[in-house]
Amino acid sequence: MKGTERIMLGHGSGGLLMHELLEDEIVAALGRGSIQPDDAAVLPLDGGEVVFTTDSFVVDPIFFPGGDIGSLSVCGTVNDLAVMGAKPLYLSVALILEEGLPIEDLRRVLRSMRRTADEAGVRIVTGDTKVVPHGSADKLFVTTTGIGLRLKGLAPSSSRIRPGDALIASGSLGEHGLAVMLRREGVEFGAEIVSDVASVFPIVESLKPFGDAIHAIRDPTRGGIASTLNEFASASGCTIEIDEQAIPLRDDVRGACEIFGFDPLHVASEGKLVLAVAPGNATEVLCTLRSVPLGSNASIIGTVTDRRTPRVILRTAVGGRRILEMLAGEQLPRIC
Amino acid sequence: MKFVDEYRDAGLVRRLAEETSRLAGRRELTFMEVCGTHTMSIFRNGIRVLLPATLRLLSGPGCPICVTPNRYLDQAIALSRLPGITITTFGDMMRVPGSTSSLERERAVGRDIRVVYSPLDALELARRNPSREIVFLGVGFETTSPGVAAAVQLAGSRHLSNISFLVAHKVIPPAMRALIEGGVAIDGFLCPGHVSVITGSKPYEFLARDYGHPCVVAGFEAADVLEAILMLVRQAIAGEAAVEIQYRRAVTQEGNKEAQRLLNSTFDTVDSEWRGIGSIPESGLSLRAELKGLDAAEKFEVEVEPTLEPKGCRCGEVLQGRITPNTCPLFETACTPENPVGSCMVSSEGTCAAWYRYARMPGDCL
Repeated sequence: MKGTERIMLGHGSGGLLMHELLEDEIVAALGRGSIQPDDAAVLPLDGGEVVFTTDSFVVDPIFFPGGDIGSLSVCGTVNDLAVMGAKPLYLSVALILEEGLPIEDLRRVLRSMRRTADEAGVRIVTGDTKVVPHGSADKLFVTTTGIGLRLKGLAPSSSRIRPGDALIASGSLGEHGLAVMLRREGVEFGAEIVSDVASVFPIVESLKPFGDAIHAIRDPTRGGIASTLNEFASASGCTIEIDEQAIPLRDDVRGACEIFGFDPLHVASEGKLVLAVAPGNATEVLCTLRSVPLGSNASIIGTVTDRRTPRVILRTAVGGRRILEMLAGEQLPRIC
Repeated sequence: MKFVDEYRDAGLVRRLAEETSRLAGRRELTFMEVCGTHTMSIFRNGIRVLLPATLRLLSGPGCPICVTPNRYLDQAIALSRLPGITITTFGDMMRVPGSTSSLERERAVGRDIRVVYSPLDALELARRNPSREIVFLGVGFETTSPGVAAAVQLAGSRHLSNISFLVAHKVIPPAMRALIEGGVAIDGFLCPGHVSVITGSKPYEFLARDYGHPCVVAGFEAADVLEAILMLVRQAIAGEAAVEIQYRRAVTQEGNKEAQRLLNSTFDTVDSEWRGIGSIPESGLSLRAELKGLDAAEKFEVEVEPTLEPKGCRCGEVLQGRITPNTCPLFETACTPENPVGSCMVSSEGTCAAWYRYARMPGDCL
C-alpha cells in the first residue's frame, strides 16, 4: 500500500483501493491459498458442498426507501450464498449497538430482519450482541454469517468464464446505491428512488436446469457492475465487451447520476445479478430470467470476446469505445 | 431522458463525425478543449475513435482542482489542524495531494473535514454549530464562483460570524491568453459551456480578434461536442476566426447579468497562481475589501509548510497542452488514481485521470 499509511474511506468503496487492501494486507496475512476468491467459500463436506460466507453492514442511514439495515444484512449474506449456486439455510446475526440507540429503532430493524429471513427461507439460529459507548459506532452495525447447500449441478465461479460467453444483467442497476445516497444527503428527487434490496435466490434457483452452462454469477454491490465485470475479466483472463445501451437502467437513476456526476455503472445494486452464460444457452436463460418476478428486466449486455488481455471495453451509446474501469477510490460528488 | 438523449443519438453523432472527416480531409488540425467536463465527455463517449487521426484534441487547464496550487491546499490543511475548525469542501478536493498531506488523510486522522454539495450547506452547518468555526473552500471557475458569491453575501446579511471562505476562484479567459502567449500550437478553442452560461461568449472575442483563433462555445453531450468540432473545422478550413456558440440552449453572448453583478460585488480580480503554470495576471478572484471579515486567510493565522512540488510530476505541461499524459514518466507507474502524485490524476475531470481510465487501449481508442 504505497504511500497510504492510514485506512481511508476509499479503502471500503469496493473499487481498486479496496482490492489492494484485500490482496496486499488481508488475504496476504490471513491465508493465501485458503481464502477463496469468490463471494463465499465452498467447503466439501460429506458428499455435499456447504457454502459459507460472512458480511458486515454499516449503512448510513439505517432506514432508507425500500429497506433498512435489517433487510439489507439478511439479503446481503443470502445473496453471497446464492451467487455460488447455494440454497441459503442458516444465518447468525451479530449486533453492535451504540449507546443511545432508540429501542424502537432496534425493534424495527429486528422485525425487518425476521420478515426478510422468513421470505428468503433462511433461519436465524445464533447471534451475539454488544453495546459500545456513544460515538464508538454509528447507531447500529450488523454482521451476518450464512451457511447454504449448493444446488446439485450448479457450480458458478468467475474462473469458469470463457470466450464466447454471454453476459446477462438480471434487471435495472444502481437503485440501492442511489436510494441510500439521496436519503443520506436529504435530497428530494422527483419520484422517490427505492432500493432494490431483495434475496436473489429465486433467480438462481430458476437457473438450476441449466447446470454447467451457468459459468459465473455475481451480485453487483459496492463498486457497481463496473467492479463485477472487471473481477470477471481478471479472474478469467478474458476481454469482456459491453454494450452501453443494453445495460438496463431506470430513467430516474440515470437522471440522478447525471446531476451528481456519478457513473451509474459504479453504483451498487442489492437485488440484481450479473451472469456469464455459455453462448448456446443465452437466449433460453434470458427467457427464464424474465419469467421470474425479479428478472423481468433482464437483458444481454455483452460478450466475452477473447483471452488476450483481461479488461472490460464499453461500446458507448453514441458508437465510440472506451475502457470501463473499476472505481478508483471513494465515489465523490463533483463540483461542476 | 428528455434534454439528454436527443444529444446522444447515435445516428446524429455518426453523421456529424462523417461530415467532420469529409471536411477536414487529411488536414492536420489541433483543437484544445479548455474545460475538464469536455475532456470527460470526449473520453466517456469514446469520441476520438469517431474522428480522423489527423484531428487532434488537446486538453487545457479547465479542471479547477487541477490548477489549484499546492500552497492553497497546504493552507487548507493547516486550517483543518486548528482546534474548533470545520472545513467544508466540494468532494473533488479531498484527495488532491498538497505538499505532504491531503484533506482525505487529515480526515483519516480525525480532523473535521466535510464534503458538501453546495456552499449553502456550509452556511447551514455554521447556523447549527455556533460554537465551531466553519471554513468553506471556494475553488472553481465561473460555474461555481457565483454560488459561493451568493453564500458570502448571505453570510454577511445573516450576520453569521462563525463562517469564512478560503477563496481561490479562477477565471478562464486570461489562462487561454497565457497559453497562446506561451506558444501552444493549436488551431482553435472548444470553449467551456457552463462557464459561458455565466460569462457569455464575449470574453473570448479577443482570442479570435487579436490572435486569430476560431472559438466555439460547446455543450457537453456527444452530439454537442462533435457539432462544435465540426464548426471549428469549418472556420479553420475557411481561414476564419470568430466566436460562435454551439451550446445555444444555455449560452448567450451576454451571459447571466445577475450572476455577473453578484460576482463583481463580491470579488476583485487579482493575479493568481495556477498549479504548474505559474502566476497569470488578472486570472483569479479574491474577496472585496469590505468582505475581508469573511476571508479565512485573514481571520486565522496559520503557519503554512514550505511548498513541495512532487518530483518528476509534469502536470503543468499537461495543463498547458505541451505534452500528453502518457509522456510523463510517472503516468501509470508512480502516479495512478488510487495513489495520485499530481492533481491531474485526482479529479474525475483531470486530463491524466481521463487518460488513465479511458485511453489505455493502444491503437483502438486514440
